[in-house]
Parts: sequence; C-alpha cells; structure tokens
Amino acid sequence: MAAIEILGLEKTYMVGFWRKRPKCALRPLQLTVEEGEIFGFLGPNGAGKTTTLKMLMGLVFPTAGTARLLGREWTDPEVKAQIGFLPEQPYFYDYLTAHELLDYYGQLSGVPARDGKRRVEEVLSRVGLTDVKGLQLRKFSKGMLQRAGIAQAILHDPKLVFFDEPMSGLDPLGRREVRDLIEQLKQEGKTVFFSTHILSDAEALCDRVAIIHKGELRGVGRVEDLTSTVQGKVEVIWQGEQIPASMKALGAECHVTGDRVRAVIAENQQDAAIDALRRERIRLIAITPLRTSLEAYFVEKLQHSQASAGQTVGTTV
Amino acid sequence: MSARVIPRIGHIASNTFREAVRDRVLYNLIAFTLLLSGAAIFIGQISIDVERLVVVNLGLTAVSLFGVVIAIFIGIGLVSKEIEKRTLYTVLSRPVRRWEFIVGKFFGLAGTLVVNTFFMGIGVFAALLYVAHKFAAADASILVALYFIILEFLIICALALLFSSFSSPLLSAVFAFSLFVIGSFAEDLRGFASLSHGVMRWIATGAAYLVPNFSALNVISAVAHQQPLGTQLIVQNTLYALFYTAMALSGAVLIFERRNLK
Repeated sequence: MAAIEILGLEKTYMVGFWRKRPKCALRPLQLTVEEGEIFGFLGPNGAGKTTTLKMLMGLVFPTAGTARLLGREWTDPEVKAQIGFLPEQPYFYDYLTAHELLDYYGQLSGVPARDGKRRVEEVLSRVGLTDVKGLQLRKFSKGMLQRAGIAQAILHDPKLVFFDEPMSGLDPLGRREVRDLIEQLKQEGKTVFFSTHILSDAEALCDRVAIIHKGELRGVGRVEDLTSTVQGKVEVIWQGEQIPASMKALGAECHVTGDRVRAVIAENQQDAAIDALRRERIRLIAITPLRTSLEAYFVEKLQHSQASAGQTVGTTV
Repeated sequence: MSARVIPRIGHIASNTFREAVRDRVLYNLIAFTLLLSGAAIFIGQISIDVERLVVVNLGLTAVSLFGVVIAIFIGIGLVSKEIEKRTLYTVLSRPVRRWEFIVGKFFGLAGTLVVNTFFMGIGVFAALLYVAHKFAAADASILVALYFIILEFLIICALALLFSSFSSPLLSAVFAFSLFVIGSFAEDLRGFASLSHGVMRWIATGAAYLVPNFSALNVISAVAHQQPLGTQLIVQNTLYALFYTAMALSGAVLIFERRNLK
C-alpha cells in the first residue's frame, strides 16, 4: 500500500484588489510515496513545497484534485492520528513548558492518558530536551524550538511523518542528530516525507526525491538513479599534495584540498593511474565511479525549466 | 461523532483558560478590587440610605464592563493570533476538526470569564456587606444579575470569535464593541422601529432584531432598586442568549471551515 498518493492536487489563489487575478501556486501534482520510504521533496523557496504539505494537512484547500494517506481519504480526521507534521519554522504556545506542550498535543492526538507521561519523557529525551522540559518555550532558542517541533511530530508514534524544512535553524550537530533521527524512523518502519532545499541532506537520507519548481513537478526518482554514473569516468583520491607528472600525463583534472588530491580520469586509465601512484609510493585512498551529484541534477532541472519558460514567453510574444 | 470529540474540546478549552491565566488576564481582578473597595469606603462616608443602591449599581456595572473588555480583547485574538503565529498548524494537523477548535476556544474564554465573574461577584457582595453591614433577602437578585452578565459575555465571546474568524483583530474589536454598544440600546432601537413607517420600518425592525439584545440582559438598575425579577425573564433571557450564542458560533464555524490558512 502506498503511504501517500497525491492525485492531481492543484492550487490557484485569486490575487489582486478584487481577487480576480489567478496565481497558480501548484499545478496538478501526481506523486506516490511507498510505505517505509524516506522521500525528499526538493525545490527552491516559493516552489510550492509548503503549499503541498499544507494541502495534505488540510490547512489549505486544493482548487482541484485529491489525495490518499495510508490508504484513506486525506480529509478523514481519524487518519491524522497516524500522521505527524512539523511545519516550517514552527512556533508554539510560548506560555507552555516543553513538557506541557507535548502533554497537550498528546491529548489532542488521542494518546491514552496512562501512556502519555511516558511517551512525553521518551520523546523529550530523544530530541535532547529533557534538561529544559520545565522551561517555558518563550525562553527557547530557534534550534530548541525546532527540536520541540520534531518531538510533537513523533510524539504519538505516527506511521507517516511530514517534515517541512526539518534542518532549518539547526547547528551542524543538530542537523546530524535530525538526520540520525530520520534514519531511525525509517528503521522503525515509518514513512518520512520531508521538504528541503538543502540538497546534501536529501542526498544523504532519501530513498527517492521529487523536484518541484514554480509549482510544477520537474522530476522524481531514486537518488542513485538521478545521481547516475558519468559514463567512462572515475574519481581517484590520494593522500598528500603531490601531483605526479605521470598522472598529469594521463590527462587527470586534479584538485588539491588540504592533504588530499582528487583527480578525475578516464575509466580506461584507471590501472595506469594506480601504477603511477605506486611508483611514487603515494597512498591511494579511493577510486570510485564518478556520479552526477544531486545538486548538479537539481540545477540542470531548474535551468531546463527556466529555459522552457523563456521559450514559451518568446513564442507567446 | 467520535467518542474523543468532547475530551478534545475540553483540552482546547483548558489550554485557552491556561493561556488567559498565564497572560495575567485575571490580574484585572486587582484593579476591580481596588476600584470597588475604594468606592465602598468613599460611598460609606458620604451617602445616607443609598449606599446599597450605589454599590450594587457601581459593582455590577464594573463587573459587566471589565468582562466585556476581556471578552472582546481576548476573543478577537483567539483565532487570528493562532493563524498569525501558526500555532494552529500543529493543532489542525491532528485529529481535531475545525469546529472542535472553535467550540473549544469558546468554552475556554467563557470559562475564564465565569471564573472572573465569580471572584468579582464575591467582591460586590463584600463591598455590599461593608456598606450595609448585613445582607437582605432581595440581595439574592444580585446573583440573577450576575448570571445575566455571564449570558451577555457568552454572546460577546461568540461574536468576537465570529469576527475573528474572517477579519483582522483591529476590525474585529471595532465590530464587536460597536455591536455591544448598539445591543445595549436594542430596546430603544425596537421602539424606534415601531414608530417608523414604510421601508424604514422594515430596515429598523430587521436591525433591531439582528443585533444582540443586551438591554434585556441588563437588570442592574432593577436589582439595585430591589425590584423583583420573574422566573419567566430568567428562562426567556437564558434561551435567547443560548440561541444567539449558538447562531454566532455556527457562523464562526461556517466561515472558519472554508478558510485557507496561508
């Protein structure tokens, strides 16, 4: 069973003084996310990611289309007991302590009273907020609020979790912790759908990603397919700053970073490169097939969509 | 209807009450106590035989005005503040229906006002005891006046929520306060309608019956003058206030159910 089936959801806002000018926020979107997947929803700011998430949460009504979550109509309030949601830059009732906040959300989610206290303590510990659980949220930093946001999203042990920009506002350690937490959620069999514009996070975490730009889906697929091997090239990394002349002779493009050298050579030169490094007694660290990064794929998709838009405008004019 | 609906509304209501308490709304009781005790001491020294009349009038009017100001200023922010601060997102993404949210918010504010009125009522009776040295049987009607004031608060809370569900806090405050003022003269408006002719009569009658009839709920003067209040009036006012509140809340729910939370 698919965890998420988006069937032609679209959203057009009427803007202007008389609300007569249509502005398309999301073109008809078709997307399926399987159970147990970590799915990345990528796009630049204003691409339509948050609008899609808000529609799935019932906060914004679609102009057309429908969706199914965990096999049920997405408007069914009871399905929401199985869903967790972290909004972008979350803001909570700042007069509550972290413990009270989670207690309240647990009650609204139907967590049985006998389990509530234990669940709250567990989740607070999981996101590293146990020491500040008695502190009012108005005294929380941005990163702590983000952790509280993650805690409330997973508090009721949902099967499906939506995170809107979960790494936003976190320091590198915090980002690492969130990444670990998302991986743990996957191991627990949960489906995680998260939107981000930080591509390294998506590349490290996601099974599949979709790219959205200007309200339109531009591509979707498995990360390893999108970051496919560049035909006939390998990347060679060795220790040191030295670039042997024999490597240069092989036509390697070399870059020195710190105490390592990274070179890209033709695949059929691989053995010759290894021999050259051995002769110089240089320590080889890795040889891997060269892949297109997710970032390169993302940029290509965006440029392609901009070029098509330009062409359309040109034709119209 | 799910069995969890009532507990959910209860949790939203108790959180709304907790917010009001932590935002120091009940601190108004200090101002009320100072006002009333000062007035009681002052009146006790200068009035002869009308102490009861003045204290009851002043006390109940203060209870009403303090409560109306709280009802309007909290009520107008109940929904709009949640949308503006996006706290609503993490509530409505749970198994909470929009109407449950509105009803829960209403009961939370109504509960705050009932608690507030309870303490103010104690203040009124204390001031009365201070100036009159004893209670009379007719003083029981002060309880009826306080009950009517609570009914008035229910209507204002519902109206504030209604306006808050579609307009900005400032406009909501203007609308709610205007309706409170007009509604306080509802009987005069009805009298004016009966004296008018033609189309004007239709318009005036429509307006007179559309605005909340707060003048029917205001029995402060009658209580101060120890005039009897019939059971029929109590039943009539209760039914009227509950009907008007239900209508205003339904309007708020209808609007909020269709609203995009951008």
